[in-house]
Amino acid sequence: MTEIRPDPLVCEAKADQADFSAETTAGPAPTLSLETDALAPAHAREVFVAADARRVSVFAKWRKRLSWPLGIYTTPVAILIIWQVLAEVGVLGPTYAPAPTSIARTAGQLWQQGVLGPDLEISLRRAALGLALGLSIGIVTGVIGGLLASGEHLFNGVVQIFNTIPILAILPVMIVWFGIDETPKILIIAFGAFVPMYLNLFAAIRGVDQRLVEMTRTTGARRWRLVTRVIFPGAMPGFLVGLRFSLAYSILGLVAAETVNANSGIGFLITNGQTYLQTNQVFVGLVIYAILGLLADQFVRLLQRLLLQWRPSYEAS
Amino acid sequence: MSTASVTPARQQAGVLVEDVVRRFGDRVVLDHLYLSIAGEELVVLLGPSGCGKTTLLRLLAGLDRPDEGTVEVPARRAIVFQGDRLLPWQRALRNVTLGLYGPDAGQQAKDALAEVGLAGRERAWPKELSGGEAQRVALARALVSDPELVLLDEPFAALDAITRRRMHGLVRALRYQHHAAMLLVTHDVDEAIALADRILVMSSGRIETSHPVTLSAAEREASVSREELRASLLADLGLANQH
Repeated sequence: MTEIRPDPLVCEAKADQADFSAETTAGPAPTLSLETDALAPAHAREVFVAADARRVSVFAKWRKRLSWPLGIYTTPVAILIIWQVLAEVGVLGPTYAPAPTSIARTAGQLWQQGVLGPDLEISLRRAALGLALGLSIGIVTGVIGGLLASGEHLFNGVVQIFNTIPILAILPVMIVWFGIDETPKILIIAFGAFVPMYLNLFAAIRGVDQRLVEMTRTTGARRWRLVTRVIFPGAMPGFLVGLRFSLAYSILGLVAAETVNANSGIGFLITNGQTYLQTNQVFVGLVIYAILGLLADQFVRLLQRLLLQWRPSYEAS
Repeated sequence: MSTASVTPARQQAGVLVEDVVRRFGDRVVLDHLYLSIAGEELVVLLGPSGCGKTTLLRLLAGLDRPDEGTVEVPARRAIVFQGDRLLPWQRALRNVTLGLYGPDAGQQAKDALAEVGLAGRERAWPKELSGGEAQRVALARALVSDPELVLLDEPFAALDAITRRRMHGLVRALRYQHHAAMLLVTHDVDEAIALADRILVMSSGRIETSHPVTLSAAEREASVSREELRASLLADLGLANQH
């Protein structure tokens, strides 16, 4: 049990604040035993003890368990439940916003009819091909631009211009150039993935702590080692930010490409549903896009946990 | 050992700085400076902040070039910076092997860490090390390449008094094993007396005075001649009446 008295000038000890059993009735926040308000009295004191050494009341335990039972997914689940209730009561009409259970049922039916499976596969293949293309180009040009001044001059201007063009705006050009088959769709996704990857990787490589680069030179390390042991790991946090944006933008590109012209894929499922007023089907498509986005985000978070172990990170309580 | 700091002949080891000028804009930071350090000498460079100490050290490290004059240093040299400058994404051992090549690099780095008292901490991340431990890893990284010249830029300035004394003991022990010339930059008079073979006091871009230190280890702790040396160093620094 640790006890820290932050203000050594205050000599007056107050017995009731050292008495931890008083907290049982007060029901304090689980991680802190703050007993000061915004306007602390002149001789206010704080007592800190080990988190698990304190006696926590039954009420506090339940409060902790109930406050965020599903982490960041608490709010989405709460919205789903409210949505379901509103749909069952009849506030939301089935053609307006069908109940979540009804959407799930439709998804099951579509899967059994053999519609959803192939559409999902096609969309995933487009996303994978586009991502692979866009990320490869983004990483190669980003590394060249980041490491070499000539690379910077070669690529930066072009990518800055690309960055100002919205994905949706190049769709018509893509259709004019490449028709309505798979090529324009993959290129749109690749474009969405390429731009943020290049920009973030470039900034990350240039942003590596120059004091570390200087130190590395003094150790006698040669250029290859400087790049692999200092610059690449130092640029890793920025690279992962770029990857996150790339994944998000590529899904945006996927949606754009599939919604405007497609005869297969999740986007086709949605436009088809819209045409025949199958609101359920539209929502099935939206849910799948959302899940793809979530999976992409979770993937990057996992990479961050694996690759950035060294980083002391801020953890909110 | 400690001759005058003016133009000796070319030498085989150590440092030779002749008539060096370094300007930043209109400001002359190093003003026709001469310095020589013998092969195994530990020279402490003392001076107020802004007097050009770090600029001189960067010239010796090869991180900067003089505007006039010549700087001659061994090719095998290492620098310990004011902060530890460890790569936060590499564990202690990999930080030490940064400039090492060859199959036994790992073993050499392990030995170097053991030498600074960090055996068994090879797999620690820098964020898990205390300030003193991190600076010892930085010291190991400098010494592992077996340098002929070690430059130390206020390496212990950020450490507490107790840790700093331990580091002084470590530096004394290491210099007898490594037979390297050392230049330590500091603004701490007591640190200078504790470690130096020769103390140079620098002000406004030149080395003003040179004090050879021939005291024994015990005399460096407490003695009349220590106090005399301290007083004259403080006088050189313009602090004679202020302590």
